[in-house]
Amino acid sequence: MNPDVLLELDHVTMQFGGLKAVADLSLEIGRGELVGLIGPNGAGKTTVFNLVTGVYTPTVGRVLLEGRAIQGLRPHAIARRGITRTFQNIRLFASRTCRDNVRIAAHQHSGASLADALLRTARFERDERDMRAKADELLAVLGLTEWADTPASDLPYGQQRRLEIARALAGRPLLLLLDEPAAGLNPQESEQLMHLIEQIRRQFQVTILLIEHDMRVVMGICRRIAVLDYGVKIAEGTPDQIRTDPKVIEAYLGEDVHASPEAAS
Amino acid sequence: MKHVLGIVVSLGVLVALDIVLPRLLNPYLFQVLVLCGINVILAVSLNLVNGFTGQFSIGHAGFMAIGAYGSAMFSLEIGQRWVTTLGALGVPPVIAQGAALLVALLAGGALAAVAGYLVGLPSLRLRGDYLAIVTLGFGEIIRVVILNVDAIGAARGLPGIPGWVNFFWVGFWVLIVIVVSRRLAASTHGRALFAIRDDEVAAEALGVDTTSYKVLAFVMGAFFAGVAGGLFAHYLSYLNPNSFTFLKSIEVIAMVVLGGMGSISGAVMAAVLLTLAPELLRPVKDYRMVIYSLMLIVLMITRPGGLMGSREIGWPRFLRRAKAEHA
Repeated sequence: MNPDVLLELDHVTMQFGGLKAVADLSLEIGRGELVGLIGPNGAGKTTVFNLVTGVYTPTVGRVLLEGRAIQGLRPHAIARRGITRTFQNIRLFASRTCRDNVRIAAHQHSGASLADALLRTARFERDERDMRAKADELLAVLGLTEWADTPASDLPYGQQRRLEIARALAGRPLLLLLDEPAAGLNPQESEQLMHLIEQIRRQFQVTILLIEHDMRVVMGICRRIAVLDYGVKIAEGTPDQIRTDPKVIEAYLGEDVHASPEAAS
Repeated sequence: MKHVLGIVVSLGVLVALDIVLPRLLNPYLFQVLVLCGINVILAVSLNLVNGFTGQFSIGHAGFMAIGAYGSAMFSLEIGQRWVTTLGALGVPPVIAQGAALLVALLAGGALAAVAGYLVGLPSLRLRGDYLAIVTLGFGEIIRVVILNVDAIGAARGLPGIPGWVNFFWVGFWVLIVIVVSRRLAASTHGRALFAIRDDEVAAEALGVDTTSYKVLAFVMGAFFAGVAGGLFAHYLSYLNPNSFTFLKSIEVIAMVVLGGMGSISGAVMAAVLLTLAPELLRPVKDYRMVIYSLMLIVLMITRPGGLMGSREIGWPRFLRRAKAEHA
């Protein structure tokens, strides 16, 4: 087992009735990498996320985190082993404040039991203080400090996307899965997000797998990109290789991207 | 140290009220007060399940019934003998009865908690309406079983339960359920429950063991409902299965919804309001329930989020400041 490989999908197939949403997919993600996962709508990208995070159990194949099989584990157990995610259609805890959203994700690292909480023991007080401090730290990194006490549902859209990332980071993941983080953002916001993702990767030393349709973002920050079409991996390589790959152009990018990568966004 | 002081003061106030109130209030008003307290316990405990965790349970009367019959049988079979023995040893009756009652309530609560665990299990697979139907079925099963078990009185009811409940014990459990709820809500465990209510999929994906927490909510809610049932039994000295129909569950749900889903203070206020309203409306006789229902409709139209929404009444500002300075 190569110790530099953090996540490995080993011939994974996900079948829903007669439909193979993901077919015999193998993919390795190295420690510290930032990998892009692209493809047309319905290609199976989010299904891959759901397989990795335990929402689905693969029909065939294995999912390995640091060489250990995690397929079949419940999602919260996988989160505890170090994989957290954001959602394509934002799923914040709407009635809770931004700080609480982040603290909920830090819950798994809390050592205070229910009895500690009910009796207000010293351990509980210390735990809550730590969690609050860490949450505020993450909110600051994501530029959400001024929104800390605002219910998540009252946040502007762009900030909601950021809060999703802050929340996913609170679980102290080894691997962070970002599902279309730039969806619905304007060009300036996407640009900022790009830098932010790169900064997060370095600052938190987290490996990132990214689904994104905004080609400027994907091509801009990912060193390696995998392309899915109808559940099958049709290409994998550097942005330059992907950009010129005839199969990818046919299935997804379209002709004009060849000339200018910006056009696809 | 701060804890101990708070506990001593609270208990002192309860004892004082316990001595004063029965002398100030006529028996009718006193009974209304006790029923208010029991309903507060029911509403605040259901709020843990429906309000905090968002699991729609309409079987709360079932848990109450289990606690009521469980604790009553405990007192009839065992508790009464303890009180006699303790009395013979020279222990004052108030203490002996209080101790026996406490054990009976804990036993009734524990029995209900076990039932809560069993009902909580299907909630792992079921959501919304489907879970509601299961809990409804559970509540009815409990009632029908009681109706048919001769050893606990069946349809005749269960008479002769020792009337050990005084104001102190009702107030004591009201305080406990409120303090437990508040502390839970302010902790990471409470936040995990709120997360399940807001978005179960996201909560699970971020490391919250949704299964355990849903069961925990059911177990805690059922425990306090069982205690409320036990208080009910030892106050009225008589139990009848008809006290625990599904209408009772609906009444408690109305309290939680009217108070504002998830708001502890809201549940308390709504429980008091909905216990007092039918009593205050007695003069209008036949129109009583019409006005009661109209009142509910108007309140829900004017305050769709409930009396308190999701807010809480905290310490008044000056007290909070004093607290902060103290700490």
